[in-house]
Amino acid sequence: MRALLLRDLALAVRAGGGFGLGLSFFLIVTVLVPFAVGPDTGTLAPIAPGVLWIGALLACLLSLDRILALDWEDGSLDLLATAPLPLEGIVTVKALAHWITTGLPLVAAAPALGVLLSLPGPGYLWLFVSLLLGTPALSVIGTFGAALVVGLKRGGLLMSLLVLPLYVPTLIFGAEVARRGAEGLDVQTPLLMLAGISTGSLALLPFAAAAVLRVNLR
Amino acid sequence: MSLWEYANPVKFIRLADRMLPPVAVLALLCLVVGLVWGFFFTPDDYRQGSTVKIIYLHVPSALMAINAWLMMLVASLIWIIRRHHVSALAARAAAPVGATMTVIALATGAIWGQPMWGTWWAWDPRLTSFLILFLFYLGYMALWEAIESDDTAADLTAILCLVGSVFAILSRYAVNFWNQGLHQGASLSMDAEENVADVFWLPLLVCMAGFVLLFLALVLLRTQTEIRARRTRALIARERAA
Repeated sequence: MRALLLRDLALAVRAGGGFGLGLSFFLIVTVLVPFAVGPDTGTLAPIAPGVLWIGALLACLLSLDRILALDWEDGSLDLLATAPLPLEGIVTVKALAHWITTGLPLVAAAPALGVLLSLPGPGYLWLFVSLLLGTPALSVIGTFGAALVVGLKRGGLLMSLLVLPLYVPTLIFGAEVARRGAEGLDVQTPLLMLAGISTGSLALLPFAAAAVLRVNLR
Repeated sequence: MSLWEYANPVKFIRLADRMLPPVAVLALLCLVVGLVWGFFFTPDDYRQGSTVKIIYLHVPSALMAINAWLMMLVASLIWIIRRHHVSALAARAAAPVGATMTVIALATGAIWGQPMWGTWWAWDPRLTSFLILFLFYLGYMALWEAIESDDTAADLTAILCLVGSVFAILSRYAVNFWNQGLHQGASLSMDAEENVADVFWLPLLVCMAGFVLLFLALVLLRTQTEIRARRTRALIARERAA
Protein backbone atom coordinates (compact mmCIF):
# COMPACT_ATOMS: atom_id res chain seq x y z
CA MET A 1 0.00 0.00 0.00
CA ARG A 2 2.78 2.34 0.89
CA ALA A 3 4.58 1.60 -2.36
CA LEU A 4 1.44 2.46 -4.30
CA LEU A 5 0.97 5.65 -2.34
CA LEU A 6 4.56 6.73 -2.94
CA ARG A 7 4.25 5.87 -6.62
CA ASP A 8 1.08 7.96 -6.98
CA LEU A 9 2.61 10.87 -5.11
CA ALA A 10 5.76 10.73 -7.22
CA LEU A 11 3.73 10.63 -10.42
CA ALA A 12 1.71 13.60 -9.27
CA VAL A 13 4.57 15.89 -8.31
CA ARG A 14 6.81 15.15 -11.29
CA ALA A 15 6.50 16.88 -14.62
CA GLY A 16 3.13 16.45 -16.30
CA GLY A 17 1.53 15.28 -13.09
CA GLY A 18 -0.47 18.45 -12.70
CA PHE A 19 0.38 18.86 -9.05
CA GLY A 20 0.00 22.62 -8.85
CA LEU A 21 -2.93 22.88 -11.25
CA GLY A 22 -5.65 22.53 -8.65
CA LEU A 23 -3.98 25.07 -6.45
CA SER A 24 -3.58 27.57 -9.30
CA PHE A 25 -7.20 27.07 -10.24
CA PHE A 26 -8.25 27.78 -6.67
CA LEU A 27 -6.15 30.95 -6.73
CA ILE A 28 -7.60 32.19 -9.99
CA VAL A 29 -11.21 31.57 -8.95
CA THR A 30 -10.59 33.54 -5.78
CA VAL A 31 -9.02 36.36 -7.73
CA LEU A 32 -11.87 36.47 -10.22
CA VAL A 33 -14.60 36.81 -7.61
CA PRO A 34 -13.83 40.43 -6.60
CA PHE A 35 -13.82 41.38 -10.29
CA ALA A 36 -17.35 40.05 -10.55
CA VAL A 37 -18.91 41.31 -7.33
CA GLY A 38 -16.81 44.40 -6.64
CA PRO A 39 -13.83 45.05 -4.36
CA ASP A 40 -15.91 46.39 -1.47
CA THR A 41 -15.02 44.77 1.88
CA GLY A 42 -18.65 44.86 2.96
CA THR A 43 -19.63 42.77 -0.06
CA LEU A 44 -16.71 40.38 0.02
CA ALA A 45 -16.52 39.52 3.71
CA PRO A 46 -19.94 37.81 4.04
CA ILE A 47 -19.47 35.66 0.94
CA ALA A 48 -15.79 34.84 1.52
CA PRO A 49 -16.31 31.47 3.31
CA GLY A 50 -18.74 30.27 0.67
CA VAL A 51 -16.58 31.40 -2.24
CA LEU A 52 -13.53 29.70 -0.80
CA TRP A 53 -15.48 26.49 -0.30
CA ILE A 54 -16.82 26.59 -3.86
CA GLY A 55 -13.32 27.27 -5.17
CA ALA A 56 -11.83 24.36 -3.24
CA LEU A 57 -14.64 22.08 -4.37
CA LEU A 58 -14.21 22.96 -8.04
CA ALA A 59 -10.44 22.63 -7.82
CA CYS A 60 -10.99 19.16 -6.36
CA LEU A 61 -13.47 18.28 -9.09
CA LEU A 62 -11.18 19.32 -11.91
CA SER A 63 -8.35 17.12 -10.71
CA LEU A 64 -10.50 14.01 -10.25
CA ASP A 65 -9.99 12.47 -13.66
CA ARG A 66 -6.27 12.21 -12.92
CA ILE A 67 -6.95 9.74 -10.13
CA LEU A 68 -7.72 6.78 -12.35
CA ALA A 69 -7.79 7.84 -16.00
CA LEU A 70 -4.02 7.78 -16.56
CA ASP A 71 -3.63 4.39 -14.93
CA TRP A 72 -6.54 3.15 -17.01
CA GLU A 73 -4.97 4.35 -20.24
CA ASP A 74 -1.55 2.77 -19.78
CA GLY A 75 -3.01 -0.43 -18.37
CA SER A 76 -1.45 -0.23 -14.93
CA LEU A 77 -4.92 -0.31 -13.41
CA ASP A 78 -5.37 -3.85 -14.72
CA LEU A 79 -2.08 -4.83 -13.12
CA LEU A 80 -3.08 -3.23 -9.85
CA ALA A 81 -6.39 -5.10 -9.93
CA THR A 82 -4.56 -8.41 -10.17
CA ALA A 83 -2.18 -7.47 -7.36
CA PRO A 84 -2.63 -9.15 -3.96
CA LEU A 85 -3.85 -5.87 -2.51
CA PRO A 86 -7.69 -5.80 -2.53
CA LEU A 87 -9.24 -3.29 -4.90
CA GLU A 88 -10.86 -1.50 -1.97
CA GLY A 89 -7.38 -0.80 -0.59
CA ILE A 90 -6.15 0.44 -3.95
CA VAL A 91 -9.07 2.81 -4.26
CA THR A 92 -8.50 4.12 -0.75
CA VAL A 93 -4.82 4.73 -1.45
CA LYS A 94 -5.71 6.49 -4.70
CA ALA A 95 -8.14 8.74 -2.83
CA LEU A 96 -5.52 9.41 -0.18
CA ALA A 97 -2.93 10.32 -2.79
CA HIS A 98 -5.45 12.67 -4.42
CA TRP A 99 -6.15 14.26 -1.07
CA ILE A 100 -2.46 14.76 -0.28
CA THR A 101 -1.69 16.26 -3.68
CA THR A 102 -4.87 18.33 -4.09
CA GLY A 103 -6.85 18.59 -0.87
CA LEU A 104 -4.04 19.34 1.52
CA PRO A 105 -2.50 22.20 -0.53
CA LEU A 106 -5.98 23.70 -0.88
CA VAL A 107 -6.47 23.55 2.87
CA ALA A 108 -3.10 25.20 3.43
CA ALA A 109 -3.73 27.90 0.82
CA ALA A 110 -7.28 28.75 1.85
CA PRO A 111 -6.43 31.07 4.79
CA ALA A 112 -4.00 33.01 2.58
CA LEU A 113 -6.70 33.42 -0.04
CA GLY A 114 -9.08 34.41 2.73
CA VAL A 115 -7.00 37.57 3.11
CA LEU A 116 -7.73 38.46 -0.51
CA LEU A 117 -11.44 38.19 0.16
CA SER A 118 -11.18 40.07 3.49
CA LEU A 119 -12.43 37.14 5.52
CA PRO A 120 -13.29 38.28 9.07
CA GLY A 121 -10.72 37.47 11.78
CA PRO A 122 -12.25 34.47 13.60
CA GLY A 123 -13.10 32.85 10.26
CA TYR A 124 -9.55 31.72 9.42
CA LEU A 125 -9.35 28.98 11.99
CA TRP A 126 -12.78 27.55 11.16
CA LEU A 127 -12.26 27.81 7.43
CA PHE A 128 -9.06 25.85 7.87
CA VAL A 129 -10.71 23.26 10.12
CA SER A 130 -13.77 22.83 7.92
CA LEU A 131 -11.67 22.35 4.78
CA LEU A 132 -9.37 19.97 6.61
CA LEU A 133 -12.36 17.88 7.65
CA GLY A 134 -14.29 18.23 4.42
CA THR A 135 -11.71 17.72 1.67
CA PRO A 136 -11.15 14.02 2.46
CA ALA A 137 -14.86 13.46 1.79
CA LEU A 138 -14.51 15.36 -1.50
CA SER A 139 -11.59 13.14 -2.50
CA VAL A 140 -13.33 9.88 -1.63
CA ILE A 141 -16.62 10.83 -3.28
CA GLY A 142 -14.65 12.02 -6.27
CA THR A 143 -12.77 8.72 -6.51
CA PHE A 144 -16.11 6.96 -6.67
CA GLY A 145 -17.19 9.30 -9.48
CA ALA A 146 -13.89 8.80 -11.31
CA ALA A 147 -14.31 5.03 -11.02
CA LEU A 148 -17.79 5.30 -12.52
CA VAL A 149 -16.68 7.02 -15.71
CA VAL A 150 -13.17 5.60 -16.04
CA GLY A 151 -13.95 3.54 -19.13
CA LEU A 152 -15.61 6.36 -21.04
CA LYS A 153 -13.99 8.43 -23.76
CA ARG A 154 -15.22 11.83 -22.68
CA GLY A 155 -16.17 11.21 -19.09
CA GLY A 156 -15.17 14.59 -17.65
CA LEU A 157 -18.44 16.43 -18.10
CA LEU A 158 -20.50 13.40 -17.14
CA MET A 159 -18.41 12.99 -14.03
CA SER A 160 -19.19 16.56 -12.95
CA LEU A 161 -22.88 15.84 -13.37
CA LEU A 162 -22.56 12.70 -11.26
CA VAL A 163 -20.24 13.99 -8.58
CA LEU A 164 -21.57 17.49 -7.91
CA PRO A 165 -24.94 16.38 -6.47
CA LEU A 166 -23.03 14.02 -4.18
CA TYR A 167 -20.97 16.99 -2.99
CA VAL A 168 -24.04 18.89 -1.79
CA PRO A 169 -24.16 17.75 1.86
CA THR A 170 -20.41 18.21 2.34
CA LEU A 171 -20.57 21.68 0.84
CA ILE A 172 -23.55 22.72 2.94
CA PHE A 173 -22.04 21.69 6.24
CA GLY A 174 -18.52 22.77 5.36
CA ALA A 175 -19.53 26.24 4.23
CA GLU A 176 -21.84 26.49 7.23
CA VAL A 177 -18.95 25.82 9.62
CA ALA A 178 -16.83 28.45 7.89
CA ARG A 179 -19.67 30.99 7.79
CA ARG A 180 -20.62 30.52 11.42
CA GLY A 181 -16.99 30.66 12.40
CA ALA A 182 -16.54 33.92 10.51
CA GLU A 183 -19.57 35.41 12.25
CA GLY A 184 -18.41 34.17 15.63
CA LEU A 185 -21.34 31.78 16.15
CA ASP A 186 -21.35 28.28 17.61
CA VAL A 187 -20.00 25.78 15.06
CA GLN A 188 -20.41 22.50 16.88
CA THR A 189 -23.45 21.02 15.09
CA PRO A 190 -22.33 21.53 11.47
CA LEU A 191 -18.79 20.58 12.45
CA LEU A 192 -19.96 17.25 13.82
CA MET A 193 -22.12 16.64 10.77
CA LEU A 194 -19.20 17.44 8.48
CA ALA A 195 -16.95 15.07 10.40
CA GLY A 196 -19.69 12.44 10.21
CA ILE A 197 -20.01 12.78 6.44
CA SER A 198 -16.25 12.56 6.00
CA THR A 199 -15.76 9.50 8.16
CA GLY A 200 -18.90 7.86 6.80
CA SER A 201 -17.92 8.25 3.17
CA LEU A 202 -14.34 7.28 4.02
CA ALA A 203 -15.62 4.05 5.52
CA LEU A 204 -18.24 3.08 2.93
CA LEU A 205 -17.48 4.64 -0.44
CA PRO A 206 -14.23 2.71 -1.16
CA PHE A 207 -16.39 -0.42 -1.33
CA ALA A 208 -18.75 1.19 -3.82
CA ALA A 209 -15.83 2.56 -5.83
CA ALA A 210 -14.11 -0.84 -5.87
CA ALA A 211 -17.34 -2.54 -6.97
CA VAL A 212 -17.70 -0.02 -9.79
CA LEU A 213 -14.08 -0.47 -10.80
CA ARG A 214 -14.52 -4.25 -10.94
CA VAL A 215 -17.42 -3.77 -13.33
CA ASN A 216 -15.39 -1.41 -15.47
CA LEU A 217 -12.36 -3.71 -15.58
CA ARG A 218 -14.46 -6.72 -16.53
CA MET B 1 -46.15 -19.30 -8.87
CA SER B 2 -43.92 -16.58 -7.59
CA LEU B 3 -43.08 -13.02 -8.40
CA TRP B 4 -39.73 -14.06 -9.83
CA GLU B 5 -41.44 -15.75 -12.74
CA TYR B 6 -41.84 -12.33 -14.28
CA ALA B 7 -38.08 -11.96 -14.37
CA ASN B 8 -38.47 -13.93 -17.58
CA PRO B 9 -38.79 -11.24 -20.27
CA VAL B 10 -41.35 -13.21 -22.28
CA LYS B 11 -43.57 -13.69 -19.27
CA PHE B 12 -43.08 -10.08 -18.28
CA ILE B 13 -44.12 -8.86 -21.71
CA ARG B 14 -47.17 -11.09 -21.63
CA LEU B 15 -48.08 -9.78 -18.18
CA ALA B 16 -47.50 -6.19 -19.25
CA ASP B 17 -49.66 -6.71 -22.33
CA ARG B 18 -52.48 -7.97 -20.18
CA MET B 19 -52.09 -5.32 -17.48
CA LEU B 20 -51.46 -2.27 -19.59
CA PRO B 21 -54.96 -1.57 -20.95
CA PRO B 22 -56.82 -1.82 -17.62
CA VAL B 23 -54.14 0.13 -15.74
CA ALA B 24 -54.02 2.86 -18.37
CA VAL B 25 -57.82 3.16 -18.52
CA LEU B 26 -58.04 3.22 -14.74
CA ALA B 27 -55.33 5.89 -14.56
CA LEU B 28 -57.12 8.03 -17.11
CA LEU B 29 -60.42 7.57 -15.30
CA CYS B 30 -58.93 8.50 -11.91
CA LEU B 31 -57.15 11.53 -13.33
CA VAL B 32 -60.22 12.82 -15.17
CA VAL B 33 -62.52 12.27 -12.20
CA GLY B 34 -60.03 13.61 -9.68
CA LEU B 35 -59.01 16.68 -11.66
CA VAL B 36 -62.55 17.61 -12.78
CA TRP B 37 -63.83 17.07 -9.26
CA GLY B 38 -60.94 19.04 -7.82
CA PHE B 39 -61.03 21.89 -10.32
CA PHE B 40 -64.78 22.44 -10.65
CA PHE B 41 -66.60 20.90 -7.72
CA THR B 42 -64.61 22.01 -4.70
CA PRO B 43 -64.99 25.39 -3.07
CA ASP B 44 -62.22 27.99 -3.28
CA ASP B 45 -60.07 28.29 -0.21
CA TYR B 46 -61.03 31.37 1.75
CA ARG B 47 -57.48 32.71 1.86
CA GLN B 48 -55.83 31.23 -1.21
CA GLY B 49 -58.76 31.53 -3.61
CA SER B 50 -58.71 29.24 -6.61
CA THR B 51 -54.91 28.87 -6.61
CA VAL B 52 -55.30 26.12 -4.03
CA LYS B 53 -56.47 23.82 -6.81
CA ILE B 54 -52.98 23.33 -8.15
CA ILE B 55 -52.60 20.96 -5.22
CA TYR B 56 -54.27 18.29 -7.37
CA LEU B 57 -51.25 18.26 -9.67
CA HIS B 58 -48.54 19.33 -7.26
CA VAL B 59 -48.94 16.83 -4.44
CA PRO B 60 -49.42 13.67 -6.56
CA SER B 61 -46.48 14.51 -8.83
CA ALA B 62 -44.25 15.20 -5.83
CA LEU B 63 -45.36 11.90 -4.33
CA MET B 64 -44.46 10.02 -7.49
CA ALA B 65 -41.17 11.89 -7.92
CA ILE B 66 -39.92 10.42 -4.67
CA ASN B 67 -41.51 7.01 -5.07
CA ALA B 68 -40.13 6.62 -8.58
CA TRP B 69 -36.63 6.90 -7.12
CA LEU B 70 -37.62 4.41 -4.44
CA MET B 71 -38.81 2.02 -7.12
CA MET B 72 -35.53 2.47 -9.00
CA LEU B 73 -33.66 1.73 -5.78
CA VAL B 74 -35.57 -1.53 -5.25
CA ALA B 75 -35.16 -2.52 -8.90
CA SER B 76 -31.43 -1.75 -8.72
CA LEU B 77 -31.08 -3.89 -5.62
CA ILE B 78 -32.88 -6.75 -7.35
CA TRP B 79 -30.55 -6.38 -10.33
CA ILE B 80 -27.45 -6.40 -8.14
CA ILE B 81 -28.57 -9.34 -6.06
CA ARG B 82 -30.46 -11.58 -8.48
CA ARG B 83 -29.36 -10.19 -11.83
CA HIS B 84 -32.73 -10.16 -13.55
CA HIS B 85 -32.45 -8.05 -16.67
CA VAL B 86 -36.09 -7.00 -16.54
CA SER B 87 -35.43 -5.37 -13.21
CA ALA B 88 -32.52 -3.29 -14.53
CA LEU B 89 -34.59 -2.24 -17.53
CA ALA B 90 -37.49 -1.30 -15.28
CA ALA B 91 -35.19 0.98 -13.29
CA ARG B 92 -34.00 2.54 -16.52
CA ALA B 93 -37.57 2.96 -17.71
CA ALA B 94 -38.68 4.62 -14.49
CA ALA B 95 -35.99 7.32 -14.43
CA PRO B 96 -37.35 9.70 -17.11
CA VAL B 97 -40.86 9.33 -15.70
CA GLY B 98 -39.59 10.22 -12.25
CA ALA B 99 -37.61 13.15 -13.60
CA THR B 100 -40.71 14.45 -15.39
CA MET B 101 -42.71 14.14 -12.17
CA THR B 102 -40.03 16.15 -10.38
CA VAL B 103 -40.24 18.88 -13.01
CA ILE B 104 -44.04 18.93 -12.77
CA ALA B 105 -43.85 19.26 -9.00
CA LEU B 106 -41.29 22.06 -9.23
CA ALA B 107 -43.16 23.91 -11.99
CA THR B 108 -46.59 23.71 -10.35
CA GLY B 109 -45.01 24.74 -7.08
CA ALA B 110 -43.46 27.79 -8.75
CA ILE B 111 -46.76 28.72 -10.41
CA TRP B 112 -48.53 28.46 -7.07
CA GLY B 113 -45.74 30.21 -5.22
CA GLN B 114 -45.75 33.28 -7.41
CA PRO B 115 -49.15 34.65 -6.24
CA MET B 116 -49.00 33.07 -2.77
CA TRP B 117 -45.43 33.60 -1.58
CA GLY B 118 -44.78 36.43 -4.01
CA THR B 119 -41.87 34.57 -5.56
CA TRP B 120 -41.33 31.88 -8.16
CA TRP B 121 -38.53 30.31 -6.26
CA ALA B 122 -37.27 30.33 -2.70
CA TRP B 123 -34.32 28.40 -1.30
CA ASP B 124 -36.62 26.45 0.89
CA PRO B 125 -35.48 22.99 2.08
CA ARG B 126 -38.23 21.10 0.28
CA LEU B 127 -37.78 23.01 -2.95
CA THR B 128 -34.02 22.67 -2.80
CA SER B 129 -34.07 18.96 -2.08
CA PHE B 130 -36.40 18.43 -5.04
CA LEU B 131 -34.01 20.32 -7.25
CA ILE B 132 -31.18 18.10 -6.00
CA LEU B 133 -33.34 15.02 -6.63
CA PHE B 134 -33.80 16.26 -10.19
CA LEU B 135 -30.01 16.53 -10.58
CA PHE B 136 -29.69 12.95 -9.37
CA TYR B 137 -32.20 11.84 -12.00
CA LEU B 138 -30.23 13.70 -14.68
CA GLY B 139 -26.95 12.08 -13.64
CA TYR B 140 -28.55 8.64 -13.53
CA MET B 141 -30.05 8.97 -17.00
CA ALA B 142 -26.86 10.45 -18.43
CA LEU B 143 -24.84 7.50 -17.13
CA TRP B 144 -27.26 5.03 -18.74
CA GLU B 145 -26.91 6.84 -22.03
CA ALA B 146 -23.14 7.17 -21.89
CA ILE B 147 -22.20 3.49 -21.56
CA GLU B 148 -22.44 1.21 -24.53
CA SER B 149 -22.35 -2.23 -22.94
CA ASP B 150 -25.79 -3.01 -21.49
CA ASP B 151 -24.65 -5.05 -18.52
CA THR B 152 -21.93 -2.61 -17.53
CA ALA B 153 -24.40 0.25 -17.72
CA ALA B 154 -26.90 -1.65 -15.59
CA ASP B 155 -24.26 -2.42 -12.95
CA LEU B 156 -22.86 1.08 -12.77
CA THR B 157 -26.22 2.82 -12.67
CA ALA B 158 -27.45 0.41 -10.02
CA ILE B 159 -24.52 1.26 -7.76
CA LEU B 160 -24.96 4.96 -8.54
CA CYS B 161 -28.61 4.63 -7.54
CA LEU B 162 -27.65 3.07 -4.19
CA VAL B 163 -24.99 5.65 -3.39
CA GLY B 164 -27.21 8.44 -4.72
CA SER B 165 -30.05 7.39 -2.44
CA VAL B 166 -27.87 7.76 0.63
CA PHE B 167 -26.64 11.16 -0.49
CA ALA B 168 -30.14 12.30 -1.51
CA ILE B 169 -31.41 11.55 1.99
CA LEU B 170 -28.35 13.23 3.47
CA SER B 171 -28.97 16.30 1.31
CA ARG B 172 -32.59 16.37 2.42
CA TYR B 173 -31.51 16.74 6.05
CA ALA B 174 -28.61 19.02 5.20
CA VAL B 175 -30.81 21.58 3.44
CA ASN B 176 -33.26 21.36 6.32
CA PHE B 177 -30.46 22.44 8.57
CA TRP B 178 -29.19 25.03 6.14
CA ASN B 179 -32.27 27.17 5.67
CA GLN B 180 -35.63 27.61 7.29
CA GLY B 181 -38.61 26.70 5.19
CA LEU B 182 -41.40 28.60 3.53
CA HIS B 183 -43.16 25.42 2.47
CA GLN B 184 -46.03 24.20 4.62
CA GLY B 185 -45.81 20.94 6.51
CA ALA B 186 -47.47 17.67 5.61
CA SER B 187 -51.04 18.00 4.47
CA LEU B 188 -51.73 14.27 4.24
CA SER B 189 -50.16 12.71 7.29
CA MET B 190 -51.87 9.95 9.22
CA ASP B 191 -52.46 12.48 11.95
CA ALA B 192 -55.77 13.92 10.81
CA GLU B 193 -55.34 17.11 12.84
CA GLU B 194 -53.08 18.86 10.36
CA ASN B 195 -54.68 17.51 7.19
CA VAL B 196 -56.45 19.59 4.60
CA ALA B 197 -60.22 19.61 4.92
CA ASP B 198 -62.18 16.63 3.61
CA VAL B 199 -63.66 18.47 0.62
CA PHE B 200 -60.14 18.88 -0.77
CA TRP B 201 -58.87 15.60 0.54
CA LEU B 202 -61.10 13.14 -1.31
CA PRO B 203 -60.46 14.44 -4.86
CA LEU B 204 -56.77 14.70 -3.96
CA LEU B 205 -56.79 11.04 -3.01
CA VAL B 206 -58.34 10.16 -6.36
CA CYS B 207 -55.70 12.25 -8.15
CA MET B 208 -52.93 10.51 -6.23
CA ALA B 209 -54.32 7.13 -7.19
CA GLY B 210 -54.44 8.39 -10.77
CA PHE B 211 -50.79 9.43 -10.69
CA VAL B 212 -49.72 6.11 -9.17
CA LEU B 213 -51.57 4.22 -11.89
CA LEU B 214 -50.21 6.53 -14.57
CA PHE B 215 -46.68 5.90 -13.32
CA LEU B 216 -47.30 2.17 -13.30
CA ALA B 217 -48.68 2.24 -16.84
CA LEU B 218 -45.77 4.33 -18.14
CA VAL B 219 -43.17 2.14 -16.49
CA LEU B 220 -44.78 -1.04 -17.80
CA LEU B 221 -44.92 0.42 -21.28
CA ARG B 222 -41.37 1.72 -21.21
CA THR B 223 -39.96 -1.51 -19.76
CA GLN B 224 -41.72 -3.44 -22.49
CA THR B 225 -40.23 -1.11 -25.07
CA GLU B 226 -36.75 -1.50 -23.58
CA ILE B 227 -37.03 -5.28 -23.67
CA ARG B 228 -38.20 -5.23 -27.26
CA ALA B 229 -35.50 -2.75 -28.27
CA ARG B 230 -32.85 -4.96 -26.74
CA ARG B 231 -34.29 -8.01 -28.48
CA THR B 232 -34.28 -6.15 -31.80
CA ARG B 233 -30.65 -5.23 -31.32
CA ALA B 234 -29.80 -8.86 -30.58
CA LEU B 235 -31.63 -10.00 -33.72
CA ILE B 236 -29.86 -7.44 -35.86
CA ALA B 237 -26.52 -8.52 -34.44
CA ARG B 238 -27.36 -12.14 -35.20
CA GLU B 239 -28.38 -11.27 -38.77
CA ARG B 240 -25.07 -9.53 -39.31
CA ALA B 241 -23.12 -12.42 -37.91
CA ALA B 242 -24.93 -14.95 -40.05
